[in-house]
Amino acid sequence: MKNHVWRPLFVVIGLVVIILLIRMAYVPADFGVGERGYMYGFHRQGNEQEWKEFQVKYRGAAYCAECHEENSSEISASGHGRIQCENCHGAAFGHPEDPESLAIDRSRELCLRCHAALVTPSSGRAQLPGIDATQHNPGMECSECHNPHNPSLEEM
Amino acid sequence: MKRRDFLKNSLVFVSGASVCASALEFLDPREVLAANPEVRWAFLVNTHKCVGCGFCVKACKIENEVPFEANVTRTWVERYVIKRDGEVVMDSPKGARDGFTSKELDQGASGMRRIPDEEISQAFFVPKLCNQCQNPPCVQVCPVGATYQTGDGVVLVDRSWCIGCGYCIMGCPYGVRFFHPVEKVAEKCNFCYHRITKGMNTACVDACPFGARLIGNLRDPDDPVAKAVMTQRVGVLRDEYGTKPHVFYIGLNKEVR
Ligand code: SF4
Ligand code: SF4
Repeated sequence: MKNHVWRPLFVVIGLVVIILLIRMAYVPADFGVGERGYMYGFHRQGNEQEWKEFQVKYRGAAYCAECHEENSSEISASGHGRIQCENCHGAAFGHPEDPESLAIDRSRELCLRCHAALVTPSSGRAQLPGIDATQHNPGMECSECHNPHNPSLEEM
Repeated sequence: MKRRDFLKNSLVFVSGASVCASALEFLDPREVLAANPEVRWAFLVNTHKCVGCGFCVKACKIENEVPFEANVTRTWVERYVIKRDGEVVMDSPKGARDGFTSKELDQGASGMRRIPDEEISQAFFVPKLCNQCQNPPCVQVCPVGATYQTGDGVVLVDRSWCIGCGYCIMGCPYGVRFFHPVEKVAEKCNFCYHRITKGMNTACVDACPFGARLIGNLRDPDDPVAKAVMTQRVGVLRDEYGTKPHVFYIGLNKEVR
């Protein structure tokens, strides 16, 4: 059986066997086909759980209200009540264990996100009170005059 | 084939085809969904409500650990300004991470552009994110099975299995994918899978003060998103690609691509 056809063939078969063995050791046991079949569901099943366990950082206003009940009911009655506490006070992850982790954003730019006057006739922005940031007390923090927790100008 | 056979076959075929067509006509989407009582996540964006504050983009970056300063985002907001003469100008500075605070439109290499107020006929904001397509091309092209779709319709990327070939980034017709600057693997919005599977909203939905974003379960007839998709005039982006996006828009127009 020693001829020039068989010897290379044995080499090829050997290579295929080695590759299959490596594949067996390398591919995780839970690698398989999910609910959507080969075209869409071919994956490592354990990864779905890994994504479910990803760390949640924003907890929502209801979580803040658990300790800060007074502030939260007062603010939610104001014109800014629809804004989540965490939009300005930072994600609650790590708070209350580590209060320093909350980075409160008091910048002028934060307010301008909604209150810089833009001409947007076909969107909700048109209904918000807006200022020309270059004319209206440039360089000052809005909170020096306005109370961000109760923006009503009458009660200023 | 004899002429008689040809006519007979044609008759059978045509009558058979018409039966199929009539069967399709009576297909009620509600019945189809009722037959499948599981979960199918879907997203609803109302462009009339969006004010371009960018709180959603900021919250997403922090929640999902997308480097804040890097010029990549899982979700972003585009501004469209349509002039009276029909010209469409759009921008999305830093993906709207800091909101839209200036009348200057960022035109990239050609600099900033200011449209005089009186020339503006329409202007609005369009939030964008991964469409969690029903037939996602990004999954089809992934050679190793790192990008896949879960049973509830969310497309996920397995970070430990992605080889960084970038096929999915090329394959997505919506350009929502990018390389994560730290993880060095393909990255995209996954509807905050870690939040919605715990019964929470996505971070962007929570952060939006105007209710412009909603996440819901299409299979639940009482879900506000499912109701809106069933009863309102909703649109999807680039329907012609056949990817069946599951991010639905209220208030789209033809300028939005
Ligand atoms: S929008 Fe792009 S990344 Fe998202 S599922 Fe569709 S093809 Fe994939
Ligand atoms: S938070 Fe809401 S209103 Fe603000 S940009 Fe995002 S979608 Fe639009």
